[in-house]
This record gives sequence, C-alpha cells and structure tokens, in this order.
Amino acid sequence: MSLTHRNAAELGALMAAGEVSAVEVAQAHLDRVAEVDSRVHAFLHVAAESALEQARAVDARRAAGEKLGPLAGVPIAHKDVFTTRDMPTTAGSKILEGYRPPYDATVTTRLREAGLVILGKTNLDEFAMGSSTENSAYGPTRNPWDLDRVPGGSSGGSSAAVASYQAPLSTGTDTGGSIRQPAAVTGIVGMKPTYGGSSRYGLIAFASSLDTPGPFARTVLDAALLHEAFSGHDVMDTTSIHAEVPPVVEAARQADVAGLRVGVVREFGGEGYQPGVTARFQEAVELLESLGAKVTEVSCPSFTYALPAYYLIAPSECSSNLARFDGMRYGLRVADDGTRSAEEVMALTRAAGFGAEVKRRIMLGTYALSSGYYDAYYGSAQKVRTLIARDFEAAFHQVDVLISPTTPTTAFPIGERADDPMAMYLADLCTIPANLAGNAAISVPCGRADEDGLPVGLQIMAPVLGDDRCYRVGAAVEKAFEDRWGGPLLKEAPSL
Amino acid sequence: MTTTRSVMPFDEALERFEPVLGLETHVELGTESKMFCGCPTAFGAPPNTQVCPVCLALPGALPVANDQAIESTIRIGLALNCTIAEWCRFARKNYFYPDMPKNYQISQYDEPLCTDGHLDVEVDGRTVRVEIERVHLEEDTGKSTHVGGATGRIHGADYSIVDYNRAGIPLVEIVTRPIAGTDRLAPEVARAYVTELRELMRSLGVSDVRMEQGSLRCDVNVSLMPRGAAEWGTRTETKNVNSLRSVERAVRGEIERQAAVLADGGRIVQETRHFHEDTGATTSGRSKEEAQDYRYFPEPDLLPIAPAPEWVEELRARLPELPTARRRRLQAEWGVSDLDMAAMRNADAVDLVEATVAAGAPAADARKWWMGELARRANESGTALADLPIEPGQIARVVELVASGALTDKLARQVLEGLLAGEGSPDEIVEARGLRVVSDEGELIAIIDQVLAANTDAADKVRAGKVAAAGALVGGVMKASRGKADAARARELILQRLGVAG
Ligand SMILES: [Zn+2]
Repeated sequence: MSLTHRNAAELGALMAAGEVSAVEVAQAHLDRVAEVDSRVHAFLHVAAESALEQARAVDARRAAGEKLGPLAGVPIAHKDVFTTRDMPTTAGSKILEGYRPPYDATVTTRLREAGLVILGKTNLDEFAMGSSTENSAYGPTRNPWDLDRVPGGSSGGSSAAVASYQAPLSTGTDTGGSIRQPAAVTGIVGMKPTYGGSSRYGLIAFASSLDTPGPFARTVLDAALLHEAFSGHDVMDTTSIHAEVPPVVEAARQADVAGLRVGVVREFGGEGYQPGVTARFQEAVELLESLGAKVTEVSCPSFTYALPAYYLIAPSECSSNLARFDGMRYGLRVADDGTRSAEEVMALTRAAGFGAEVKRRIMLGTYALSSGYYDAYYGSAQKVRTLIARDFEAAFHQVDVLISPTTPTTAFPIGERADDPMAMYLADLCTIPANLAGNAAISVPCGRADEDGLPVGLQIMAPVLGDDRCYRVGAAVEKAFEDRWGGPLLKEAPSL
Repeated sequence: MTTTRSVMPFDEALERFEPVLGLETHVELGTESKMFCGCPTAFGAPPNTQVCPVCLALPGALPVANDQAIESTIRIGLALNCTIAEWCRFARKNYFYPDMPKNYQISQYDEPLCTDGHLDVEVDGRTVRVEIERVHLEEDTGKSTHVGGATGRIHGADYSIVDYNRAGIPLVEIVTRPIAGTDRLAPEVARAYVTELRELMRSLGVSDVRMEQGSLRCDVNVSLMPRGAAEWGTRTETKNVNSLRSVERAVRGEIERQAAVLADGGRIVQETRHFHEDTGATTSGRSKEEAQDYRYFPEPDLLPIAPAPEWVEELRARLPELPTARRRRLQAEWGVSDLDMAAMRNADAVDLVEATVAAGAPAADARKWWMGELARRANESGTALADLPIEPGQIARVVELVASGALTDKLARQVLEGLLAGEGSPDEIVEARGLRVVSDEGELIAIIDQVLAANTDAADKVRAGKVAAAGALVGGVMKASRGKADAARARELILQRLGVAG
C-alpha cells in the first residue's frame, strides 16, 4: 500500500520501527498534493520546503535516540484559520491576503511539539462561515467523491485533503458543525471536542462562545491520537477547561458498546432528510443494537430552536470579532490615497475585503445586538441555549450517548445553495445543538446513500467532557461497518 | 464647532439657576502588566514598543484578565463603600475608532464589579456626600496624535499617528450619581471630590494618579435648572479636564456658559465639550443627541468574575487607613487648624509633611518649610511640590540644624537652594558653602567691635539708653557676617559691650 493510503497510526509505527523515514512520508504526501490538488483545491498554501525541513528534524531526533510521540513525522493539513508564523494565514478572506502572523496558534504549537509535519494550510469558507467552502475568497474546494460537489464546510479543505489522501490528518474548527458536516459528506471521521477542551488562542475567531478546534482523520483512532496531541488547558485561553483531556485514545481502542445506553434524538429525522440518509442512519441504529447497545428514543424539544438561536448568537459574536479587520494594522487596506479619513479607509477596506456571506452575518449580528432588539434576539437566543443545555443534561440522565444523522443530506452540488442561505444553513441542523451546549460530538461514516452513492455520517453526541464516549462508540461502529463493507468506506470513493 | 463667548457672571447664574453635577473619573491602574496581556505599562516608552498580539488585536489573539487589576478595583470599591458583585461579567463596547485595536473595548456594562457607594468630601467646613453609582473595570485605548491642521483634533488634520502602548492598560471608571444641592459650592465640590478620590487611590497604592500624564482623567457633567424647577436640565459632558484646578474651572465655566444660553431663551444641547486649559473655556464636540449604540454584549472570551465573599472580606480588612481618617489623625497630632490643613491638602503637602515629621522634624517646622519656602519655589518653577528634587529627610535635617543653632532660618534657605540645585546633602552644602553660624564668640565679638566702630552714632544712642537703636547694629553685624551670625546672641553682646543691661 502506498504511504499516502496508510493511516496516521500506521505511519507513526512504520517510522518508529525505522521502516520508513519522515522525509519519505512527507515527500510521498507532497507528491500526492502535486498530483491531485489542482483538481480538489484543498490547499490554499503548500509549504513543501518547511514540511521537508520538519520531517528531517523528526528523523534527526529519532536518529539521536529521542523517544517521540505516536504522531511524530506524520503529515498534517492545517486549516487556514489557525495562525502560523512561517506560513500565510488568510481565514479564506481577501482581507487577510498575504498576511503572515508573528505568532503561532496554540494548536499550531502543539502540532509542532508532537512532531507533526505541517504540509500546508487548507481552504475554508471565509472566516469559517459556511457549510460548503464555496464562501472562500480563493475559490471552492471540491469533494473527492464527486468533484462537482462540495466537501462540506467550513473546514472543507481539511476534509477534502484527508478524503483525497493528501494528508492522513487535518485540523478543523467547529462552530456549528464545521468539522462534523464536512467529515460526513466526505466519508471520514471528524470530531468536535467539548468546548474549551482545545485552545482557541490563535484561532481566528468567528463566534467565540462556539468555536472549537478538532481533528479530521480517516479512522477513529487517528482522530483520537490527533485530539490528544493538541488538546488540553492553555493559559492563553481562559475559556479552555482546567481538566485532564478525556481518555480518548484508550476509548478509541476499546471500541465496545455492550450495555451502553444509546438515545436517538426524536427531533432529528423525517421530513427534510434525504431518504438515503435516513436509511443509513436506521442501519446504524440496528447495528448498535446488534452490538449490544440499548437503543431508546429520547426527546430534546428545544433542539428545534437551535438553528434560529445559532443564527443570532454566531452572527452577533462575529459582528464584533470581525471589527478588528479595519486595514489599520494589518491585512488589506484600500483607498488610502491621502484624501480620506481613517474611518472612510476602514469602511472601504471592509467593503472590499469581506465576501457576501461574511457581510450578511455581520449585518445580522449588528442588528441582533442593537439597542431595542438585544433582548428579543440575542437575549432570547441565549435563553434557548440554556434550554438546549438542559435538554442535553436531562437526556444524559437516561442515556450515555445521543445519536442522529450528522447532516440531513449528502454532499450537494457546487453552486446549488449558493444563492439560498436558508438552504445552506439547514446543513447544520443536527450539529448545532452540541455547539450551543458545548458538548462533545463526532461524525463517523455510516455508508452511502442509495440515490447518489455519496457518504452519510452518523453523529454521536456525548456530555461535556465525555469526549471519550464519542470515540468509544465511533470506533465500535467503525469496526462493525468495516467488517461488513470489507474495509473503510473511503475505499469505495473513485480514485482521483 | 462653535466657541460660545457669552457668559453670565457666576453669582448671577447661581441666583437664577441651580447646578447639578456628575463626575466620571477614569483611573489607570498601576499594575505591572496590561489588563489582558503581559505587556508592561510604564509611561513614556517609545511609541509601539509595549505591544503584543493581544493588545494589537492581531487575528486569533485572546485576552486573559489581570487578577491584580480585579483586586485593585475591588479594593477601590470597598474604599468607596460599594457593594462588591459576587458574579459579574466583562462586556464588549462596540464602536469603530482607529486608536482602539479591536474596534471594541472590553468594559463592563450592566454588571459592574462595584455599585452603590459614597465618598464624603469637605468643602468650606461642610461635608458633602457624593453618591457613587458604579465602579467598573475596562481597558484603555491607544493614543492618537493628529498632525497638521489647526485644532490638533482629528478633523482637519493632515495625518494621524497612533501609539498602542496605552492600549489595554487597566482603567477603572468611577461614576457618581447626580450631585444636586451644592449651589455655589459646585465648582469646589467637584474639585474636592476629585482631590479626595486621588488621595484615596494613593492611599490604596493602586495608581500614581498623575493627572498631567493622564493616569487620572475626569469627565465633568453639568446641567442647570431654573430655581424652583422640578426637573433637571440637559447636561453636557466636558472631557479633557486634566488638573484639579481645571475641574473647578470647567464646572464654573459651564455654569456661566449654560446660564447665558438659558437666560437667552436658548436650549442646552446634550453634547461632549472639550476643555481648554489656556482659556478655561469649553468648546462643542460630538453631539450626543444621536446616542451611539455600543451594542454591548457579554464578553465571550473571558470567564465571569466571581470574587469569593471571604476573599472580599479579607481585602476589606486589609484596607489601609483611608485619607479622611488619616487627615483627622494627622491634624490632631500636628495640632493645626482646619484652614492650615486645607492649605496643605491643596498644596499636596500632607504626605511630604508627614514624611518629614517621620524623619524627626517637629510638625510646625516641617509645615513651615514645605508650605513656605518650598511651596514658593515649586510655584515659581511650575512643578508639583512632590517633584522638587528634595527629600523629606533632607528637610528634617535642615530643621535639626536650625534647632541646634548651627543654622539660622536665613542660612537654612540657602541650604534649600543648594538642595534644589543638587549640591548634595544639607551637611555637605553647609560645608561647601560655608554656611555654619558664627558660633565662635571671639569671632563674633571682633565683628561687633568693627560694626560699633563704624557706627558710632548708633552706638552712642544705645549707650544713652535708646535700646531700640541696637536693631540697626544687629543688622550691621548680620550683614558683616554675611548672615552667619546668631542675631539674638549678637544683640546680647552688643548691649553688653555698650554697658546696657539686656
Ligand atoms: Zn500586549
């Protein structure tokens, strides 16, 4: 098997055993990027030189007898919303074209410390706002299963990179489903850790109270290894949790659901869901039962209001978070011809630098926070948020995990929803509640829809700091399905 | 921008109108590091050298709250008799301005850390209680300098430069409730309040409260209502009031200006006005009638502040002696009148006198030097008393030398001159300038004999019993000794030598 089709744990083991060098692994992946990314467009920036340099450093450390972690030398694609000192960081926006940050995000630092080799930065919806990666100022990323379809979003570059074997691992951020939905529609694993379980320092903020960095991988175990590598408390992010990282790797290896209580969220399913998605989800339920899990239906009535609440809270926070992009200190600056005031330059820069979806959300949020509207919009949305957290709490008294389809449909064609924001927003219907409550949630592949042959994701939600449960159930589902399919789902994807 | 020049004389204004005051004071805390990052806070560093990703609002950077600043704010609240919130949050105040890196300020909105306090101030022997509405914690902005143009303000400037060293320095905002019923004392009450607040900050050790460096900044709200009216008038907010004297002048000036407008049938526009140190006048700034919508919402990047009640009680118990209590104690210890005490406060001399007393000088002497010669020198050179290059310990030594008879007051003044010129310690100056009193009786008698020989007329008068004529002779001795003689002893000796009983 070629190095690019190996998973991260395998590559780590091969390198540890001295069977292959980190440089060879990095080169193989850079070659793959060169071969396929002109069609996929997962990367905004490929850092071939620095990747090889990092790989050489890992090889040298290993040669010197240093004991390295399980992911040392493993290549990774890094979402271009995390700051990197040695690579441009654009957040998919024209307003940050060519911007080079003077500091590394905490996640970036921890990737480097774990010896991961950063291949480059991946495409995303501008400022992580979107579900298709079509909102990138640098053009859309394509789904490796069907190049005319979206790879999900906002972390679509990261999902496509892993699904097209350009990298075994990638980073993402999940604000309303931006990791789980792209993972689902590209047939890979994507995890949103508990809010505060991974540091936001150096993550260019979309919605501060929701943004959560998390891993993409082709296997549950790989995702757990990456999760463990970059998670944990960070003094630079006071909203990061002071607690041990849950035992995610152990849970991924445990892969056992016997006696586990699994709740199916009654509110997610039925009308508006693609039949193939519903069918695959039903199969997953039956599979879990066959593995010894006790499946019951659980009602979470407030989840119905999650989508509107999200589309008040996230834009409100973004309207403020994105205020700093004003052309004064960095990034794009237009119309500074000596005749205009600073305020005019700021306004013109923002008009030129932000895309339509970003402007839409800034306006939505500005409106929702306005005096006289605050209580009705932002205030009410926060109340819904509390109710959703209570629904989760009540549900987790009855069951150990909750499950649902990750997204109501499979990957949609590029351009189909570009002019219909409401249709686009529905892609995150099932993923948003976990963001609003801060819970852990994962998406694992659960087959292909009959009508289009495209991947379907199963979402497994766990309580706050119950991240290990996601991995435990995800790994069990993965093993049982792979036994049935005779290998990973991604094997069925067309070769590029 | 208009400059209203017509004013109504203060007394007339007060006959017709009743002023209502409000004060918003910003105090920069003297913490080592900024409010939300680790950058240093020292004043006067080269522009943009005390900055980092957080205080420059680079993409991805996050704030971390400074615990020391939170503690200082709680201590201020306690000293102002406030209730300390058991749980409160920071909030974002959103508005675009080039000197504000994030284009929002992390502040507090409807959940301030401290509420409902008061501060008593004394004016004219009367105690006025100023109610404190709230005390909250926020961050300072950067500082814009507008280059070119006539006004030094942003409009009409050729270009502007921004220094972000100040951006993110912890700032405590103290807001009073409206202060009514002060009548003609309004200007003094405003000044006394800021004075008292400043002393409070100093005694707490939370800020250097230097108005001239902007570490204490004051916005003064003034409104007038016609005598007998039930409703308060429209208020203006005067910014840029950067000295105690200016606080008083700004209030007085606004009363005079508003009275003229109202008497003329005009109406007061709710607006921000700028105070001009040179003229004492205010000019119109931004109108507040179209209230800016700051779109406050709870800061999602920071955890709520939840000070444990036991900790707050501990802070309360550890508060230092507060200025009012301290002043009462010192006044009693020093045995000075209310008037003298007030004069010392106005001159910022209380701390210096206290330190001089602590260094061994009697209170009366310490006060005499600081409030006399040194106050005059400070005034002449336009420096604050505390900024004179002279230490309380040195004054105590001078006092000691005078008490021992080694110096006269006149010589002591020359020692002070030497101290101000940086010539060394009092003893070194006495030595170097040769200022010691002529204590050698023989030397003194020689001088006296010279003077008597040169002034035979006067000497004869004294011999004849006109003892008053001895004054001229003593003067002659002092002159001949270049002030180094002990005048009292010289007089004794003159009388003795002229055969007149002293
Ligand atoms: Zn800083």
